[in-house]
Amino acid sequence: MKHLTKKSIKASVTGVSSILLLLFGLPLIAAQPDKPRAGGELVFAVGGTPPSFDGHRETTFAMLHPVSPHYSTLLRFDLFNYPKIVGDVAESWSVSKDGLTYTFKIRKGIKFHDGSQLTSRDVKATYEKIIFPPKGVASARQAYYAMVDKIETPDIYTVVFYLKRPSSSFLANLASPWNFIYKAEILDKDPRWYEKNIMGSGPFVFVEHVPGSHWVGKKNPNYFRKGRPYLDGYRAVFIRDTAPRVAAIRSGQALIEFRGFSPAARDDLVKALGNKIVVQESTWICNLTVVINNEKKPFDDPRVRRALTLAIDRWEGSKALSKISLMKYVGGLFRPESQFATPEAELVKLAGFGKDIEASRKEARRLLKEAGVPDGFSFVLKNRNIKEPYEATGVFLIDQWRQIGLNVSHIQQEGGPYFNDFRQGNYDAGIDFNCDFMDEPDYQLLKFLSSDKSSLNYGRYKDPILDDLYEKQGRAANLKERLKLLRQFEKRALDEQAYQFHVLWWQKINPHWAKVKGFKIVPSHYFMHLEDIWLAE
Amino acid sequence: MRQYIFKRLLLMIPTLFGVAVLVFLMLRVAPGDIVEMKYAGTGAFAPKEVLDLERAQLGLDKPLWHQFISWMWGIVRLEFGNSMWTGRPVIHEIAIRLELSLQLALMATIVAIFLSIPLGILAALKQDTWADYFVRVFSIAGLAVPSFWLGILIILGFLIIFQWLPPLTFTSFWEDPQANLTQLIWPALAVGYRYSAVATRMTRSAMLEVLREDYIRTARAKGLREKTVLVRHALKNAVMPVITVIGLEFAFLVGGLVVTEQVFNLNGIGMLFVESITQRDYIMVQTLVLLISFVFIFVNFVVDLINAVMDPRIRYQ
Amino acid sequence: MANANFQFNTTSTPSRLRRWIEASLRFAGQRPLGAAGALIILIMILTALLAGLIAPYDPLGTDYAAMLQAPSSTHWFGTDSFGRDVLTRIIYGSRTALWVGFVSSFLGATSGALIGVASAYFGGRVDLMLQRGMDLLLSFPLIILALVVVAVLGSGVTNIIFAITVPMLPRCALVVRSSALALREMPFVEAARALGFGPTRIILRHMLPNVMAPYLIMLTAFLGQAILLEASLSFLGLGVSEPQAAWGLMLRGAAVEFAERAPWMAIYPGIAISLSVFAFNLFGDSLRDALDPKLRV
Repeated sequence: MKHLTKKSIKASVTGVSSILLLLFGLPLIAAQPDKPRAGGELVFAVGGTPPSFDGHRETTFAMLHPVSPHYSTLLRFDLFNYPKIVGDVAESWSVSKDGLTYTFKIRKGIKFHDGSQLTSRDVKATYEKIIFPPKGVASARQAYYAMVDKIETPDIYTVVFYLKRPSSSFLANLASPWNFIYKAEILDKDPRWYEKNIMGSGPFVFVEHVPGSHWVGKKNPNYFRKGRPYLDGYRAVFIRDTAPRVAAIRSGQALIEFRGFSPAARDDLVKALGNKIVVQESTWICNLTVVINNEKKPFDDPRVRRALTLAIDRWEGSKALSKISLMKYVGGLFRPESQFATPEAELVKLAGFGKDIEASRKEARRLLKEAGVPDGFSFVLKNRNIKEPYEATGVFLIDQWRQIGLNVSHIQQEGGPYFNDFRQGNYDAGIDFNCDFMDEPDYQLLKFLSSDKSSLNYGRYKDPILDDLYEKQGRAANLKERLKLLRQFEKRALDEQAYQFHVLWWQKINPHWAKVKGFKIVPSHYFMHLEDIWLAE
Repeated sequence: MRQYIFKRLLLMIPTLFGVAVLVFLMLRVAPGDIVEMKYAGTGAFAPKEVLDLERAQLGLDKPLWHQFISWMWGIVRLEFGNSMWTGRPVIHEIAIRLELSLQLALMATIVAIFLSIPLGILAALKQDTWADYFVRVFSIAGLAVPSFWLGILIILGFLIIFQWLPPLTFTSFWEDPQANLTQLIWPALAVGYRYSAVATRMTRSAMLEVLREDYIRTARAKGLREKTVLVRHALKNAVMPVITVIGLEFAFLVGGLVVTEQVFNLNGIGMLFVESITQRDYIMVQTLVLLISFVFIFVNFVVDLINAVMDPRIRYQ
Repeated sequence: MANANFQFNTTSTPSRLRRWIEASLRFAGQRPLGAAGALIILIMILTALLAGLIAPYDPLGTDYAAMLQAPSSTHWFGTDSFGRDVLTRIIYGSRTALWVGFVSSFLGATSGALIGVASAYFGGRVDLMLQRGMDLLLSFPLIILALVVVAVLGSGVTNIIFAITVPMLPRCALVVRSSALALREMPFVEAARALGFGPTRIILRHMLPNVMAPYLIMLTAFLGQAILLEASLSFLGLGVSEPQAAWGLMLRGAAVEFAERAPWMAIYPGIAISLSVFAFNLFGDSLRDALDPKLRV
């Protein structure tokens, strides 16, 4: 992965099926089979500000983008061959036959920025903080590691995880971008030290943080990957509003943004900057969901819920919405193009995913009639007051539902009251989102479990069948068996019961200056391996 | 006089206390707290225990009266607490952003003064001519054009015409005056124009009044040059009400800052305020409201004081 | 009440309408700027009332085949990112602006006037307490208070009206109180009191009508501010929700994003806001000059 040729890009594209849009003239990357150049400072924009600096505690990308270049993780995703998993501080690993014991060998000679050695002890301390946090320490993703029984370190370069039960998602969970390896010695003294301080072993060393303004890092000369990083340093500039963020790229004051821009911003940038800009696009493991309060009449009737999803013309909607918002891909419970995705031939059989919208709407009206509301009814759609992509989706849905005789009013709320209303069941229907760092049914199905089992399910329903299918798929012996269970889950959740349903999956659009090399789009905004990026002249 | 000042200063305490109670209650009555925002807002799957733990760490598990008293007690000891979002002391977070906002406020005020006084005088001297109408329309338009819209137009103008944008990050004036000014002059113009509107009208009417006074006529009769009359006599007496207005319209300034910092992505107090409100960072919002109210009341007090000193007719009550 | 051209009486005479018309004409003649403002306001009100008749399209009608179209003979002001007609949405937006503007300034000015008069009438401890309350509300800058109120109550037209009313109330109360203080010692109030009328009657029937001048001045001054404040709140995402038509909202969303490709989306709503606030200010300004030139608002 030293340099990118057109071939290597194509090769990696087949893995992730992302699209490289080469909009103007000759593709720049292909025209320059040159060696990575060392030096320079990369300025990138971040659409938010980090709360604390503790990756184990926080949940926002606005923390990952500026902070993660200071840290290593145990495993990581190979971003050029996403979702392939490779070692980061782990050199190699093995899994026992029963799937209950994972043994990792740690690379020798990795140093923290203070010069001390990184050993298995640090890995153990890190994961114990994440999985079994000491009293008074918050660990945001603790629940994903419930299968871990204990962690042991037979020697300073070996760490072993013992599981209570086999888990298909465990290994990938160790490649989580949030799980920064911390120093055991520091954690022993103060488990909350990392909330306000930085001490990692990553490719960049912390220099400066001006709250609300910017974050600066410089090259770590002792980084364990030889020849990396290429950059002398980086500067993350916090720009919360979309318009000034796009303007920053356009004026060249920032060269890239790792989250994703709207199609409008992409078009403006390309128009203004021509071949100085390269656009990479991909699917995104993010979607918007229509959440329905299953306790409220008439939504307690599955026929009414089915009518709601049948009324949405996803295929035509995709064409229109993808021009003005992040909403683009038609898909079921899993990201289209992921290994778990439903093939289109099967997808179109699910309620609301068919291509004949007239037939669907007829069916929807029939269902409403059957359910005793032939003339439609009125309800309120609660939405977040975030423009992209919530607002466009709300306007779209209301228009769709109007066409089967439903009169929907729109309320856009501040995050606080919005989530509170969802939690309390104080709503009819709403728009909710989901974003994950990997394609993993264990993650993507959580929202659909019985609401007493999942804090992400605001639908207020209980379904033991779904809960059971969830357990089973998590332990499935192979992918084929797992897929079968997933299809059952999908059919029940989205079609038969239509408890809640996805609208569309998002498109990830990363326009960046052509001189930024070594960046390869992946379908998640939680990753950016800054050490692979370099700046051309 | 001394007694008057003392009394006014003392009166600030109950007012500020009232502000504190009001903002505290208003924020807590609102559904949804910062912990909800942090986890649900990012779609994180976190069990209730994690949320409860975060709440306990922020003191949100305590009864309201307890939270209020500990906040008040902190303020008495000049400890304003930590931001619920970043965990750092609010004073520290505010201090970082204060320089920018103060400078912007100052520059906007200067812009306002430089616009309002000459325009106001012009309008007064040419009363009821096209020049007068122009100034009045210009100043009323200043009140009418939303400063965020003006800001958007300025930014777009630069981007589209010059492919240029003011610097993104703040540099202190003392470090690099040029970079500093190229960043702040545009928002200062957008805010200052609006700020100048009321002052222009005030200058005009004050000038009109002064020009009718006997001593101006005497000065003119003495054969003094028109310029001397204006500068020495008229202007001197017309400046007072302008100061008053500029002080009283401080609220405009704050409002302008809140919106303009958003449009120009300036890391100032206004931005911090809007951000803290959306994040439900209670401690930060409370402290900021107290601070802004304090400055607001204080500015009004100083204006009254200047008036009282300059105009012996005002009695101290 | 310095100008003899304007008088407000509680007594109704047959020629009242004629006197109003005469006074209006005189106002227009003496103050062309104010009259121009009044004319714009009149047009706005008509537009808002007749929106259903004038507007060429359905304000909520999305048309994905006609997204982001430039101004043309079919869409005079172009279309937005949902293919909705911008002119139609500006016309319907005037309803939101005027409704929020009128209701909140009316509520703010009226309750403020009542408090101001009551404060002046009772004096003593009541006055002191009311004044402290008003001082309290006055010690927040307008937008800060509005922001907090909206964040607490949530957005939506009713809440916005409330958020705008609250900061206006004390400003009116203060001005009205100082006018009413003088009234308290007036012979007709004394007489009313001597006749044994209760405070409610005296305040409502005798004092309130005589503070009409400052009341009207504050009311018109608030109108422009209220419209502007509504636009600002909507722009910050704390105001009216899509797909309702509102000017600030039109500027907030896609307008900035598409500003270069579809500048009409950003320009026309901005002009609509500026023009209406401008008109209200122009009118309010002249009204103040006519009614009470010394009053500082």
